Amino acid sequence: MTQFASITLMQNDDARPIIDAILADNPGVRILSMPGAVKLDCDSRLTVSRASVEERLGRPWSLQEIQLVLVSMAGNLEEDDDLFTLSWHK
Amino acid sequence: MTAKKLSLKQRYEFLTRDLDWEPSYQPVDSIFPYDQFEGIKIKDWSGWEDPFRLTMDSYWKFQAEKERKLYAVIDAFAQNNGQTGISDGRYINVLKLFLTAISPAEYQAHRAFAFTGRHLRGAGTRVACQMQSIDELRHIQTQIHTISHYNKFFDGMSEFPIQHDRVFYLSVPKSFFDDARSAGPFEFMIAIGFAFEYLLTNLLFVPFMSGAAYNGDMSTVTFGFSAQSDESRHMTLGIEVIKFLLEQHPDNLPIVQRWVDKWFWRGFRLLGVVAAMMDYMLPKKVMSWKEAWDIYFVEAGGALFKDLARYGLKMPKYANVATEACEHISHQNWGLFYQLCHVAGFHAWMPDAEHMDWLSEKYPNTFDKYYRPRFEMWAKQEKEGKRFYFNGLPQLCSCCQLPMLYTEPGDPTKTCFRNSTFKGTRYHFCSDGCKDIFDNEPEKYVQSWLPVNQIFQGNCGGATVPEVLDWYKINVGVDNCDYVGSPDETLWKSWMEQRFSEAG
Repeated sequence: MTQFASITLMQNDDARPIIDAILADNPGVRILSMPGAVKLDCDSRLTVSRASVEERLGRPWSLQEIQLVLVSMAGNLEEDDDLFTLSWHK
Repeated sequence: MTAKKLSLKQRYEFLTRDLDWEPSYQPVDSIFPYDQFEGIKIKDWSGWEDPFRLTMDSYWKFQAEKERKLYAVIDAFAQNNGQTGISDGRYINVLKLFLTAISPAEYQAHRAFAFTGRHLRGAGTRVACQMQSIDELRHIQTQIHTISHYNKFFDGMSEFPIQHDRVFYLSVPKSFFDDARSAGPFEFMIAIGFAFEYLLTNLLFVPFMSGAAYNGDMSTVTFGFSAQSDESRHMTLGIEVIKFLLEQHPDNLPIVQRWVDKWFWRGFRLLGVVAAMMDYMLPKKVMSWKEAWDIYFVEAGGALFKDLARYGLKMPKYANVATEACEHISHQNWGLFYQLCHVAGFHAWMPDAEHMDWLSEKYPNTFDKYYRPRFEMWAKQEKEGKRFYFNGLPQLCSCCQLPMLYTEPGDPTKTCFRNSTFKGTRYHFCSDGCKDIFDNEPEKYVQSWLPVNQIFQGNCGGATVPEVLDWYKINVGVDNCDYVGSPDETLWKSWMEQRFSEAG
């Protein structure tokens, strides 16, 4: 079975640029849309890039702001100033 | 010249580990007296790091922002009479179960993380536990605030703290947290941090809260997702703690495996209540319990345990039994609620034809064969004016405290009974999973406060059902029995009629 690295975000205006950035930066993302929330799954590794979100948002954005719209996630988390990565060991 | 901004890693270093100190006038072991007796060996506490690297200053900033957003929604919901816009009056019963069963568990978690944070000697762990403790307090407060609006209109919510301590089915979540809190700090972290938060709470807070959104309950979905945004941090604490324990010493593996087996099974039993809420109590459905289980346990749990296999950790012992039971558990629990809601603080009902067809579609292997005939018989009896209630006291499992109603693995026509004898007394269990837990620590579980046994011993207000219900603070004829004919139903119908009348 595929080991999905996964992130679930709220479906609202604050989360939309983050969702768009994830879809652009992680080819092959599987989308499960639920009322109020969206679950994004990617084979073994999924990243959120600060630069990519800032480009869509048009303002400086800290990766920690993701906490305001984060619902759930799966995978080992590694976070620094530029990248939020969820991954499973192969 | 302005100082250069610190990186996330530097800030975490300064504001977490750097705030720690070496004690000089007390030995470390006497400051932390509880982190040795469980047999867990820690060589280097500095191996612990919170991958979110959240520091207290950022924590307050983000939590304040979450609260501002949440309270704006709660206020708007109340101002705009949001309660009249939910999908159906039946829906409110999920909130009654939530407030009486789950919210007090948040408070238990708050106290337990405060205690655990105090008693683990690593600075990183202490800070993470402190944040989680404050989160859990926020969760119960926001849940009470949100649901208090519904309490102005609907029955069954006003006595939730007393009911949590007394009512028979609420001893299931209460004993779950009592068990975790009376364990050592490492077992508590595996029980709640790993098994509950990481492996199982998605099932409660994601599809169920999405269900609240779908049923027009804007205020509940908002507290649900607001809580869940903390939960992601809790999940991270859970996965970090298990990796940390397994990396520290090979002797930790068998201890951790036993805790994982135990708390997986306890959590599975507890969440059977949520299974019934999802499949039967949401008028508009998002997904079935079985579908949620497949996504959040089979798929996500599978990926997690494949990752942890490098430490030698295996899937929980009864994972396959649980997955098979997922085809049955919501139907069995709903059958229980239906038969016993005359002694409960919420309403139950028989699903209508359309709802039964949905269940047939979602449970093609089990619903039509084992549960539809029983439910159609009860619906028929109800039509004939002979609504069925079970007028006895069920035997309870001495571990999970649920009535002994579950069936044998592989044979859904036979009730599962197990027992063990300890110091000349026989104890009964609903499953092999529960029996194993008792057999590992009988001295602990013989002290269980089993509600039915307590009624028989005369400790619950009296010997008759009305006396017990009075002690439970259940308002008879209002809070209990079928939804059909309840004051809640009358109120809901009057609101529906008003939808077509003129304002003012």
